[in-house]
Amino acid sequence: MAEELKYQPKDYKSDQYVRWCPGCGDHAVLNCLHKAMAEVGVAPHNMAVISGIGCSSRLPYYMNTYGFHTIHGRGAAIATGVKTARPDLSVWLITGDGDCLAIGGNHFIHAVRRNVDLNIVLFNNKIYGLTKGQYSPTSDRGFVSKSSPYGTVEDPFIPAELTLGARGNFFARAIDVDLKNTTDILAASARHKGASVTEVLVNCVIFNNGIHKQITDKEFRAERTIFLRHGEKMIYGANNDKGIVLDGLKLKSVTIGKDGYTLDDVLVHDAHCKDNTLHLMLAMMSGEMPVALGIIRDVDAPTYDEAVHEQIKEVQAKMPSRTLKEFLMSGETWEIK
Amino acid sequence: MTEQTKVTTLEKVVVRFSGDSGDGMQLTGTIFSNLSAIFGNEISTFPDYPAEVRAPQGTLSGVSGFQVHLGSRKIFTPGDKADVLVAMNPAALKVNVKHLKQNAIVLIDTDSFKKSDLEKALFTTDDPFTELGLTGVQVVAAPISTMVKDGLADFGLDNKSALRCKNMFALGLVCWLFERPLEEAMHMLQTKFAKKPVIAQANIKALTDGYNYGHNIHASVSTYRIESKKAAPGIYMDVNGNKATSYGLIAAAEKAGLQLFLGSYPITPATDILHELSKRKDLNVITVQAEDEIAGVCTAIGASFAGCLAATSTSGPGLALKSEAIGLAVIAELPLVVIDVQRGGPSTGMPTKSEQTDLLQALYGRNGECPAVVLAAATPTDCFDAAYWAGKLAVEHMTPVILLTDAFIANGSSAWRLPDLENYPEIKPNRVSNYKEDKVWKPYRRDKETFVRYWAIPGMEGYMHRLGGLEKDYDTSAISTDPANHQKMVKTRQAKIDKIADFIPEVEVIGDEDADLLIVGWGGTYGHLYEAMEIMHEQNKKVALAHFRFINPLPKNTAAVLSKYKKVVVAEQNNGQFANYLRSKVDGFTPYKFDRIKGQPFIVARLVEEFTKILEA
Repeated sequence: MAEELKYQPKDYKSDQYVRWCPGCGDHAVLNCLHKAMAEVGVAPHNMAVISGIGCSSRLPYYMNTYGFHTIHGRGAAIATGVKTARPDLSVWLITGDGDCLAIGGNHFIHAVRRNVDLNIVLFNNKIYGLTKGQYSPTSDRGFVSKSSPYGTVEDPFIPAELTLGARGNFFARAIDVDLKNTTDILAASARHKGASVTEVLVNCVIFNNGIHKQITDKEFRAERTIFLRHGEKMIYGANNDKGIVLDGLKLKSVTIGKDGYTLDDVLVHDAHCKDNTLHLMLAMMSGEMPVALGIIRDVDAPTYDEAVHEQIKEVQAKMPSRTLKEFLMSGETWEIK
Repeated sequence: MTEQTKVTTLEKVVVRFSGDSGDGMQLTGTIFSNLSAIFGNEISTFPDYPAEVRAPQGTLSGVSGFQVHLGSRKIFTPGDKADVLVAMNPAALKVNVKHLKQNAIVLIDTDSFKKSDLEKALFTTDDPFTELGLTGVQVVAAPISTMVKDGLADFGLDNKSALRCKNMFALGLVCWLFERPLEEAMHMLQTKFAKKPVIAQANIKALTDGYNYGHNIHASVSTYRIESKKAAPGIYMDVNGNKATSYGLIAAAEKAGLQLFLGSYPITPATDILHELSKRKDLNVITVQAEDEIAGVCTAIGASFAGCLAATSTSGPGLALKSEAIGLAVIAELPLVVIDVQRGGPSTGMPTKSEQTDLLQALYGRNGECPAVVLAAATPTDCFDAAYWAGKLAVEHMTPVILLTDAFIANGSSAWRLPDLENYPEIKPNRVSNYKEDKVWKPYRRDKETFVRYWAIPGMEGYMHRLGGLEKDYDTSAISTDPANHQKMVKTRQAKIDKIADFIPEVEVIGDEDADLLIVGWGGTYGHLYEAMEIMHEQNKKVALAHFRFINPLPKNTAAVLSKYKKVVVAEQNNGQFANYLRSKVDGFTPYKFDRIKGQPFIVARLVEEFTKILEA
């Protein structure tokens, strides 16, 4: 298959030396993005990769595309400007948990609410790495860090909950160590029309090593995560014998063939369902329930950038002026001879 | 009462319409100024409304005013004090006492001057004129409400709708005072209420009734005649500064062949720019009402990166929020127009009032060595040219340009001769296609003479590149923390801005070449300073005026002009910001300073007094 692709992953790779720490999860996501773009086939010159500030926000320098490494938290607003000006471009926002959800929280929720056709990749390592180890808005309550030596006394954002709360229409969760699925998810995010949010659980090998270990390590992954695919049964487990069922108004994990549960009871994932209630329940699963990975929500909706340009066309169809002079002459004027 | 009509011919006259914020005074003032302009008068107007959307009816805080200055010769300001005041209620009278000439004509609606009305405006006696010490004014007291209701009895309107036409009765009366034919006003009302013919007719009836009433009582007051004058031939329209700014941006985008993009967040007194440009989708303008001030400038920077002529509009507090992002545009060397319609500060300050207090913020209010171009518009109509220049310098020199206007010129309007756009200077973006050197192109390679980098826009094959807020290497454009390189880049960014002095006009000195006093100003005070100079000329004093539109960089002849005159006074509406800036730029420059920071326009008479003192010192 690879031979038939118009572009190869290397076409998206810049000549810059990648400066992330050895062992950082960001390396893997970068490689997945190169592969995903080759798969989707957007020409590198039609791609604009925007970022804020933070470790992950260095990513645009490693892409052989148009790129803009901007200021802390404002990437979503700048990307909104790029996409609104130029809906023809494939616009990516590379951001981290601090950049996106603390200083940039307002821009993030509004970009999602407006449904600007941005591909947002949120690198979540639950820590501030570039400033060397402070807790972030996704750090769990009680988390001990340099700025919380006695543990934090605040609850974290769950990116999925925030995205859906901001009326987001695409949310996926990926892990840095699963290259195949992360590549597929990024490709799906590129194909989705509208704001897509992909949360990638990445490891910070220096300041927060092993933060996602309980989910991402091979030995736990099968039992503690479920990979959701649209149209497929919600099954997981090392032996594929566990499933998610609806128990009253709650989700429940069951073993198929036990306690009277059969495969028929297991829910089928519908990522395209407009109502986001179940998507939110799936995204919030934790503790005894497996953590949901994959594309949790993927719903079509009108995009802001296209609507802006459509409205211009509609107005132009009704109003004859095309130049300032024509417009001014059509107003209340008088002549002095 | 005298028996004959006294017709006084005047060169200029100031009329102030004042009433409750729901009384329609802005419309009344606008119609009156438009028909005076059509009649051939010079006009300058200024609306003065309360910060509150609707304060309690009849109270002092709810008074809304509109001042028109008309004349047979050049008018530059809305005027200091009113010759004629229309006061629709006692609160309007009280608030405007300080804006009245001693012998002014005051027109009141007696139906709104009852005991309860007087109490609402905190009068303690039943004679408001004596209480306010207004002994010299000529009062035209008309039972306007009653007459309007009677006049509209046949229209089938409810009481409230009928009373809404009071303002037109007052307008009719003023039209009679100034011998203004009503046809144009009728035409305007028909256009305004095209969809409500009954309301249009009711307003026209009230207007006519007011005029006729004036005619019938004409013996009681003076009437004024302002000769019309021959203005330069052309097509004219009435425009305020915010509209002119919007049109200037559109014109610049058209000339540059770029799509105009505005990212903005609502803020008084700049919001009308967002309103106007949002309407101009017919002219292919994109507007984004952003989630906050920062997003306003950031969406604009994104659009600039994507190839638009991008702008953001704001006022002082918003400019403060945008500083970091403007710094990004400085280091990324992207074109950007930032419009700051200045208002009273600091903090929220006085949002509806005017000041020139953001100059130093515009010049220096960013982290790092962060030079940007700073321009200031002089009059409502000059906002057009200033915005055009802002767009031109931004795209031709790949830099943010901050355009300072202010609440006074943004809301003030005057008759504007439509520009001959064909004759405006070209705007040529420095596109990457201009790059002709042998070395392979990199985003920070620059023109050797202007230091301007070449603009490559996403979608162009072969020009993929990364910009960012991190310092870049002069040659390779890669991230660099090399000390010598940083020094070079800082100096280069400064040199690029300084070089713009070669591409802007020199500052013009108006008035006496051998003046004993040079008045120096910048921005929206032009009209007042000019009038002060004119009056001093009439008094045979030798004065000249140098008014700056280009502030950073300063025009090349600045030092020569400032050192030519023995006495120089810098007059501005702040604590001496421009004076101090000039001192930092021109060795040995020690001007007199005149500053007023009251949120109100300068008063010409005060300027003359102060300048005369300096002259005679």
